[in-house]
Amino acid sequence: MSASRSFSVASLYVHWPYCKRRCTYCNFNKYVSKFVDHERMRRCLVRELKTVLGLSGVSSVSSVFFGGGTPSLAEPRTIESVLTAVRQTTAMAEDAEVSMEVNPTALEIDKLKEFHLAGVNRVSIGVQTLDGRGLAILGRDHSAQDSLRCLEAAKKLFPNQVSVDLIFGWPGQDVEMWQRELNHILGVCDKHISLYQLTLERGTQLFKLVQSGQASVPNDQHMEEMYLQAVQILADNGFERYEVSNFAREGCYGQHNLSYWTGRPYIGIGPGAHGRFRPGDRQLHEARVQTLEPPDWMWEVEKFGHATRKATPLSVIQQLEELLIVGLRTKWGISNQMWQSVSPETNMMEILAESMEIQQHFQNGLLELDKIGLRATSAGMNVLDSILPDLLNALDSHHTAHTSPFAQDPT
Amino acid sequence: MKMLSSHFWRRVFIHRWQRRLKDFSKISRTLEDKERLLHRSIFSDQKFFSHTSKLWQQHKGLPFDVADFPVERIRNFSIIAHVDHGKSTLADRLLEISGTIPEGNNMQVLDRLQVERERGITVKAQTASLVVNHKGQDFLLNLIDTPGHVDFHYEVSRSLAACHGVILLVDANQGVQAQTVANFYLAFESELAIIPVLNKIDLKNAQPDIVANQIHNLFDIDKDEILKISAKSGLGVADVIEAVIERVPCPQYDRNKPLRAFVFDSWYDKFKGVVAHVAICDGVARKGEKITCASSQKVYEITEIGLMYPTQVPSGALFAGQVGYAMMNMRNTSEAQIGDTFYHENQPVEPMPGFKEATPMVFAGMFPTDQSEFPQMRSAIEKLTLNDRSVQIKVDNSPALGQGYRLGFLGLLHMDVFNQRLEQEFDASVIVTAPNVAYQMTVTGEKNIKYYGSEDITVLNPCLMPEPSNIAEYREPMVKGTIISPDDYINQITGLCLDRRGRITDQSYIDDKRVMFQVNFPLAEILVDFFDELKSISSGYASFDYEDAGYEISDLVKLEFYLNGKDVEELTLICHVSRARDLARQVCLKLKDTIPRQQFAISVQGKVNAKVLAREDIKAYRKDVTAKCYGGDISRKRKLLKQQAEGKKRLRKIGNIDVPKDTFIQILKK
Repeated sequence: MSASRSFSVASLYVHWPYCKRRCTYCNFNKYVSKFVDHERMRRCLVRELKTVLGLSGVSSVSSVFFGGGTPSLAEPRTIESVLTAVRQTTAMAEDAEVSMEVNPTALEIDKLKEFHLAGVNRVSIGVQTLDGRGLAILGRDHSAQDSLRCLEAAKKLFPNQVSVDLIFGWPGQDVEMWQRELNHILGVCDKHISLYQLTLERGTQLFKLVQSGQASVPNDQHMEEMYLQAVQILADNGFERYEVSNFAREGCYGQHNLSYWTGRPYIGIGPGAHGRFRPGDRQLHEARVQTLEPPDWMWEVEKFGHATRKATPLSVIQQLEELLIVGLRTKWGISNQMWQSVSPETNMMEILAESMEIQQHFQNGLLELDKIGLRATSAGMNVLDSILPDLLNALDSHHTAHTSPFAQDPT
Repeated sequence: MKMLSSHFWRRVFIHRWQRRLKDFSKISRTLEDKERLLHRSIFSDQKFFSHTSKLWQQHKGLPFDVADFPVERIRNFSIIAHVDHGKSTLADRLLEISGTIPEGNNMQVLDRLQVERERGITVKAQTASLVVNHKGQDFLLNLIDTPGHVDFHYEVSRSLAACHGVILLVDANQGVQAQTVANFYLAFESELAIIPVLNKIDLKNAQPDIVANQIHNLFDIDKDEILKISAKSGLGVADVIEAVIERVPCPQYDRNKPLRAFVFDSWYDKFKGVVAHVAICDGVARKGEKITCASSQKVYEITEIGLMYPTQVPSGALFAGQVGYAMMNMRNTSEAQIGDTFYHENQPVEPMPGFKEATPMVFAGMFPTDQSEFPQMRSAIEKLTLNDRSVQIKVDNSPALGQGYRLGFLGLLHMDVFNQRLEQEFDASVIVTAPNVAYQMTVTGEKNIKYYGSEDITVLNPCLMPEPSNIAEYREPMVKGTIISPDDYINQITGLCLDRRGRITDQSYIDDKRVMFQVNFPLAEILVDFFDELKSISSGYASFDYEDAGYEISDLVKLEFYLNGKDVEELTLICHVSRARDLARQVCLKLKDTIPRQQFAISVQGKVNAKVLAREDIKAYRKDVTAKCYGGDISRKRKLLKQQAEGKKRLRKIGNIDVPKDTFIQILKK
């Protein structure tokens, strides 16, 4: 990861907020709407893209990701317009990764080809599970059969560039079912798999169901077992865990996500999209969120050219925190170089050396530090959430002791 | 406004003891918000002041001369009653009939005074004077109000010392309750004249005959002596006054002898300094006179003296047998030692026998939920204890809960009232640890006796308990409990008593339906949930009261808890040997449930003398990372981790185990 933090390069996230149906576990910004004004959405996405790209001073887009919602419900023309606008506004390499989340329903399978023609060159298929009961409890609108068909079609269109998204830990699933399912997937998948542990989010149907005792998710020990088993099974089949949730064979990493995890700036457009970049006229990086509701978002875009609802400057220390949080989730960890590009004044090694807790983690073989940088070992990655608070505290106490290098901290 | 408030405080008082908790919350919930506002506005200084001055205007001076009342025409009495039996209403009626307060306003004067007292005093005695004409002669009656509960025994006995008779007020519907019994014996032992009065006889369910029988059976009082009244309607109240004048003896004092006055209570008034409640035994005390305090030999000048009519009204002098208030330029309530005798400068007299210092029986730790709130909590506690010197305060430091206090209370109600007030005046939440008691132990061995300073030691902090091999004898505090209940619940109550290590010493019918139990309990056994449980097994019909019964030899052990072999000091406790295993199991389970799994396995053990009584294991986790996609938004994740990081800083480490504060709170709180 030769991630020099060149701020004129950024990745781009485009949010398509509509879904055909509400999944029981999803708390993302999505809307189930009978009527979608595709033409107006297209115009607004393009308009916001141009405005925000201009504001950011970004000269080159390294990758594009269409997420949602259900972006595969968008019209291919919309995708194409966005990509054309990117190329008009900035430099984007011919072979830059253009990724899209795909819902494996019959309708969308038929559109894959058109998306391909529109410029998409990588897809993540929301298979979630191959178990019919699982699909039902998750509220998915496709069958396992649909998923397999979609996968086949996608592999032909996007060789080596198809990812499968799976969810584990849904009510009713046990460790053996999960193992069987993984083995089945391994026989049909391409070179990338993402695993997501089901988390119950407040406000979702599933949350209420579990809260009311009508369903229950596997307990902590079982969840643990499912995750660790999956890591093992995938490793046995040549899949490398390059991020906590992401596994790739033969180095087929998802470029777009990698740029998040290495602390590169990204631009978000579309309702509720998040971004992290430094506007050309500002000192600090900002955490930016676009307006959530599609009608409001469109209204604002039409009126102001963009619908950035909130732009919060991130202090250097906050940027370092984010770098630690995302960077250590990858097998490469955080390089000194990445650290330096955020905070040239501080020394990661020095900060770590000051903390007893961190030293303990080194001793226990959970963290590794060398000339290149800091990373979590495989064992460390499994328990990363218990290590991160110690890292944040180490950073915080260093910050308190040496306030001057962070003098520009706005908080 | 006044009304609501007074109701509220009465209910606070009733809390837990006379109503089940849920009933209480039901009542107060609706009023609570309003009450808070009222509470603030009444207590804001200005309001308080105007409120008092309104009553001042009512009686600028007394409509009579106190000098006109020789001891023969003075009666000092008190009303003792179970909560809600109508004491305040009767007091109101008495004051109305005598013209001390205007009629028909239903002022609940004593309650109002109680609210006033709440400014700085928990539950204290009060007095009110009234003048009535009986057979052509004016009589000065001093009503000395006593707190109703035996926790405030020391207050009661102090006020009774200034009385010569009591009205024993019993609700004709509810009959004799446990508290009535306790109060009766107090009065009886003080050799006071007792006037039994049945109240609320006009209510539909009144059973005056049955209740009269109870009184007869229990207290050996002739049924003909019992007055039947309705304080609410005023029915029979005139008879009560007549009975007070005829049956309560007049004070046996002489106004021609040298001054002998004694202080039976004192409180601190923000505006006036220390105000002492005084009873003049012999002689006359006048404004401007110099008087000497018998214990300190300090000389004070009386700056104001008068009667409570029903608030402070100066009279210029108080004569033998009279009861009122006096101000003497004292800055600190500790100067007005309760039970102290005052005499005219250079005319010493034999001092009155003083009072025993109130000794706390129940102890609890109080810690601010957030350490940064400690100064606020400290000032709140200081304010509260200014007028309630019976609360014993010790600074306490817990590695888990931070800086706080260990407070000693006279009893459970005392503690409850105190907590309630602390929470109300100190908005943020306070962690109150489960109450415990002070144990006594006799140590053996020359060296140990020297080390501990004496053979008999009192152990409050379980960590400081000596090695068992050095202890010859353990003793625990006991109480004599009285339970009165319909006989339908005999079995359940007997079961409960035995379960709480109670020894039933007497069981007798007080009428053909109701049974009275006398039970000796270890105090520690009734500290938690006992009253609630009693109420629930008796459908709310049983009443309970208790009094101190000294210490008894017992078999105690020190129960310690270990995490991976490391002692968790703040969880150490002393308990009866029969309770050790259950307690050990309970605490271990709670530890297991509240300590989050960590990177290594944790063994949780409860031990007595190095013998393991209970054990639980907390498995190590092998994974603690969210396999989740954050959709480009890591702000939420960052905030979450920051919170955890912040929490981790405040974690208590036992060895290398992180124990969250919440674990301690879960286990230590009541």
